[in-house]
Amino acid sequence: MTSNVPTFKPRLTGKEVAEKIFRNQLFFPIAALFLLVIFNLITDPGFFKVTLEPNSAGNLVLSGNLITMIDYASELVILAIGMTLVTSASGGQDISVGATIAIAGSTVLRIVKTQSPNISNGKFAGMIIASFLLCVLVSALFGAFNGALVAFFKIQPMVATLILFTAGRSIAAWINNNDNISINDKRFSYFGNFIPGIAVPTPVFITILCLIVIAIVLKVTNLRLYSQAVGINASSSRLNGINPKMIKLLTFVILGVCVAVCGFIKVSRTSSITYSVIANNIEMDAILAVALGGNNLGGGKFNLTSSVIGAYVIQFLTTTLYKFKEIDSSSISAYKAAVVILLIIISSPFVRKFFEDRKNRREAAKAEALAGKESA
Amino acid sequence: MTTDGAILEMRGICKFFPGVRALENVDFTLREGEIHALMGENGAGKSTLIKVLTGVYPKDGGEVWLAGKPVHIKSPQDAQNKGIATVYQEITLCPNLTVAENMYIGRTKGPLTNWVKINHDANRLLDELGIPVSATEQLGNCSIAIQQMVAIARAVDMDCKVLILDEPTSSLDEQEVQKLFNLMRDLKAKGVGIIFVTHFLEQVYEVCDRITVLRDGKLVGEYIIEDLPRVQLVSKMLGKDFDDMADIKNGSEAENIDLNGTPVYQAINLTGTTGIKPFDFEIHQGEVNGFTGLLGSGRSESVRAIFGADRVVGGKVFVDGKPVKIRKPLDAMRYGISYLPEDRKLDGIVGDLSVRDNIILALQVMKGFFKPFSKAQAEKFADEYIKLLNIKTASQDTPIKSLSGGNQQKVILARWLLANPQYLILDEPTRGIDVGTKVEIQKLVLKLAAEGKSVTFISSEIDEMIRTCSRLVVMRDGKVVGELKGDDLNQNKIMATIAGGES
Amino acid sequence: MSVNSNALERRLKKRASLTDTNLLLIITIIVFIVMYLCAVVFLKKGFTKPQMFFNILNENASLLVLSCGMTLVMITGGIDISVGQVTCLVCMACAVHLQKVNDGVINGSVFTSLLIAIAIGLAFGIVQGFLVAYMEFQPFIVTLAGLFFAKGMTTIVCSDRVPVTYEPFVKLARTEVTIPFLGSVNKKGIYIPAYVEIGVIVAIVVVILLFCLLKWTKLGRNFYAVGGNNQSANMLGINVKLTKFLAHVLCGLCAGIGGYLFFLHACSGSPLHAQGAEMNAIASSIIGGTLLSGGVGNIVGTLFGVLSLSTIKNIVTSLGLEDAWWTNITVGVMLCIFLLVQSVILARKNKNKK
Repeated sequence: MTSNVPTFKPRLTGKEVAEKIFRNQLFFPIAALFLLVIFNLITDPGFFKVTLEPNSAGNLVLSGNLITMIDYASELVILAIGMTLVTSASGGQDISVGATIAIAGSTVLRIVKTQSPNISNGKFAGMIIASFLLCVLVSALFGAFNGALVAFFKIQPMVATLILFTAGRSIAAWINNNDNISINDKRFSYFGNFIPGIAVPTPVFITILCLIVIAIVLKVTNLRLYSQAVGINASSSRLNGINPKMIKLLTFVILGVCVAVCGFIKVSRTSSITYSVIANNIEMDAILAVALGGNNLGGGKFNLTSSVIGAYVIQFLTTTLYKFKEIDSSSISAYKAAVVILLIIISSPFVRKFFEDRKNRREAAKAEALAGKESA
Repeated sequence: MTTDGAILEMRGICKFFPGVRALENVDFTLREGEIHALMGENGAGKSTLIKVLTGVYPKDGGEVWLAGKPVHIKSPQDAQNKGIATVYQEITLCPNLTVAENMYIGRTKGPLTNWVKINHDANRLLDELGIPVSATEQLGNCSIAIQQMVAIARAVDMDCKVLILDEPTSSLDEQEVQKLFNLMRDLKAKGVGIIFVTHFLEQVYEVCDRITVLRDGKLVGEYIIEDLPRVQLVSKMLGKDFDDMADIKNGSEAENIDLNGTPVYQAINLTGTTGIKPFDFEIHQGEVNGFTGLLGSGRSESVRAIFGADRVVGGKVFVDGKPVKIRKPLDAMRYGISYLPEDRKLDGIVGDLSVRDNIILALQVMKGFFKPFSKAQAEKFADEYIKLLNIKTASQDTPIKSLSGGNQQKVILARWLLANPQYLILDEPTRGIDVGTKVEIQKLVLKLAAEGKSVTFISSEIDEMIRTCSRLVVMRDGKVVGELKGDDLNQNKIMATIAGGES
Repeated sequence: MSVNSNALERRLKKRASLTDTNLLLIITIIVFIVMYLCAVVFLKKGFTKPQMFFNILNENASLLVLSCGMTLVMITGGIDISVGQVTCLVCMACAVHLQKVNDGVINGSVFTSLLIAIAIGLAFGIVQGFLVAYMEFQPFIVTLAGLFFAKGMTTIVCSDRVPVTYEPFVKLARTEVTIPFLGSVNKKGIYIPAYVEIGVIVAIVVVILLFCLLKWTKLGRNFYAVGGNNQSANMLGINVKLTKFLAHVLCGLCAGIGGYLFFLHACSGSPLHAQGAEMNAIASSIIGGTLLSGGVGNIVGTLFGVLSLSTIKNIVTSLGLEDAWWTNITVGVMLCIFLLVQSVILARKNKNKK
């Protein structure tokens, strides 16, 4: 048999390099981010100005559009991590994250509201840790519930999570007896805003921490390989010794933990909760982040970095749209829809295929010409 | 420019895929009332040619003439309307519809569905063809063989001028194949031109009149069947003189096997849940054995039970003489058992993952969830086995699904070889792949045995089993009905045991 | 001889097998009937009166039409989550239109408002269908964008609640169609006949039309084929893209009609109308035995899905659990039970097959 596979690496031409960049999954989200930045700079050169100003509490903090965007994107970025994993392993999306954020937030407040605002720092820290751990536990359990429906009962993820999507906010209200809770302790709001003496919003640190944790997890475990294998071919994975059910369950539990962190940040931002509004529609944004990152919503291969950038793109877009004062805040979604469709069209496989087809046709023409020459 | 009596002519057909010239200037002529075999190795371009003809792929160059008139076929529907009926290799019917609907959907006139009429017509046709299924049955509830027969019934009923059968026999048993052949002869007598694609050489020589051979996307030639003996056909397909088959069988096997020692694997009364009777089985170091029997006789189910792929409910299992429990594939892998599954596409490859990830998958899983290989290590493994098995791939990062069938199978083999098993189960490793790779795989099996590994080798082609195995377990209707070795390993004896006749 | 034995074998086999669609449908119908009978026997209150049943229809005529559209798309293996917001947009657009007519700003009538509703629905259906079928985008993302767009457009049209006072419309909306032979006697002993609103008649017509479409037309069967396996459907000579496109167009049309029915019932436009209607529609379809994976589903099932969903809501309310959360939690639990039952039954059926 002929087995002369060329072993040398041909030097890439500029065109090929360009094509390689163009094909890279990261290209589109980064390009979208870049375009948004350029657009903002042109319309308002001072858009990204960051200043050090005292906030309402009297601390010197960084402020400016850029900081707001990165701050507010935190929840979305954290969710995008979990959503990407769930998408990869189960080939579907969790639409209940907004509702489970409400549950997580409600759980935290249930603990925190019982304490008087005068307890010592040490006791306060203990209480926060306890409430956070409980909230992680509860969210992970709800995640496991979703995961079990998907993994063991083979219900499509979007349908399985429809249950909590419907009931979640009501469960959240039930946890606190539908009370309007407002936490007076200033220390509680540190996690969603600023810690005195530190000029960067706390959620940004939490996000970075989450990203580091997930990076380490992917480095020291086979989560990436397993969830991709399960998402692409569950039957084959099983014959290779992987337990597809456990992997699917695991990704949902991880998403549950992400949800817990988000819920904690969300309630800390306002020190209160509105059950029907908190994290409204965030599931849609999280799924969009995954899609904008060029990941296949049908499962399989995934790129976390891409999803994270996708999440930032969405938040940048929202903030950019808010900038136009003449746009009513509630009609913002119409413009968002238009931009999203545009982004999806650009990054879609269809457009890539179109370019590939053009290349094929060129190659075909070349080969035909060559064949013609040979026969002549 | 048309040939006499030709109903279909394809001239200078070209088709390109990214980086691959699937078809280059291929000519093909089909005459009225003939059965024309289209032969070639995997990746030779048979399926592509058919898909171009049926409008699944648009062609990049060339002309198609139907009954002397140039035509342009835009879609499968267009092909149907022009009188080209097709039965594809994979079953392309809808499992959620009834049998009758599957036979008539997409080709009835008018906007309404007349249930009474199609059910009646379908039942009549099914009876005529002797297919034991009701027209109102949901297709998904039928066996694969029945589904394949329904697909054939649909094509036959189309009143077509050209009938294309792309590997229709792979899931049919001997009786059903004969039924199909009778049908083909009837249609031939009515003047229908039939294009027949298959990997089984016997079948070609049984029914075909003419053979067109393709190789690497190019036309090798068109031959009348009497002018082309088997050996020549194979050499045309491979593009070289073919004597490898002869080398395979070496007389030295079975000598250094200690049959009295502790078996590498031994099962007593192994009971599965997939319709096989409890069975005993053992294999020794360096031995190659085989499971044989008709499709559905339980040969695949037996080895799946050994590997723990399906639930095992009873029986004792010993590995190297020690009693063990094998409940799931991972247990089996830990005890040094590997299993190459029958259905490569469904159970074997992980399509979108790279060749490298596919190779290291099993070993990685055995190493554990918390201990990933470094990238350098993985690359080293992949490199080693790509060279060892001569896998043709653009790079390690190429997704496995873009490789040809034979090379995909080699990657799966590499995966299990890398896991370094004591006992290797290969279920139909040679199905649906080209002759060259088939030979390579058989040689590899013998080499592994010589190195002291035990191998179970299953194949539908008895020739292959006789060449490689020193012992054959024969199954019928989920039961082990015999064990053959030594001089009993010949075609007649095996056939007789499978059929259950006294001999 | 072989023919006879085949025929016999077939007849024996036929009795044992049920299609997935029929099996799930039967479960839904039984559950609905049992649930309603339980309510009648144990709760009494309103449930003994026929009007209770018709009120359920009155309140859910719009949801019924939306769910039917959703079922079509789900049978082809897609999903359309924009229908709720399209309903909202339709209400708002029609309300503003009719108020302008009322104020004499523009010419128009009830009929033009209906045209507006249908046009909006079709426009969404056509654009989304094109993007899904011909550009091959994921339906979830496309219709999510549709949802955002409709939501934004609603507030652009008007961001406040717009009550409609246009006389001919109010008259139409208040029209009651009495049901012969059914009614109840009130405390004073006066016989009050049961009635339905005009929207219910429209919804029932839509249900019947779509049922016929799915059962007896080629297009309807093509929906099933495409949902069952779209590559196979292509090989069988079905125009897969066109089929998917038409499913979305029909769903859009249903959203337009359903939106108008909502408008008829509510007599106003508001950005808060039909919140979460898409999820109710999906839930109804699922309870009615439609699988999100496509290829399995039935309009009659969807009808019973809507009825079951709204009956359980009514039962919860009449149990005295007035706290808002109980309804949603019960619906969630019910959905969960349905999904588990479906999953277990289908899994068992598949096992038997092997």
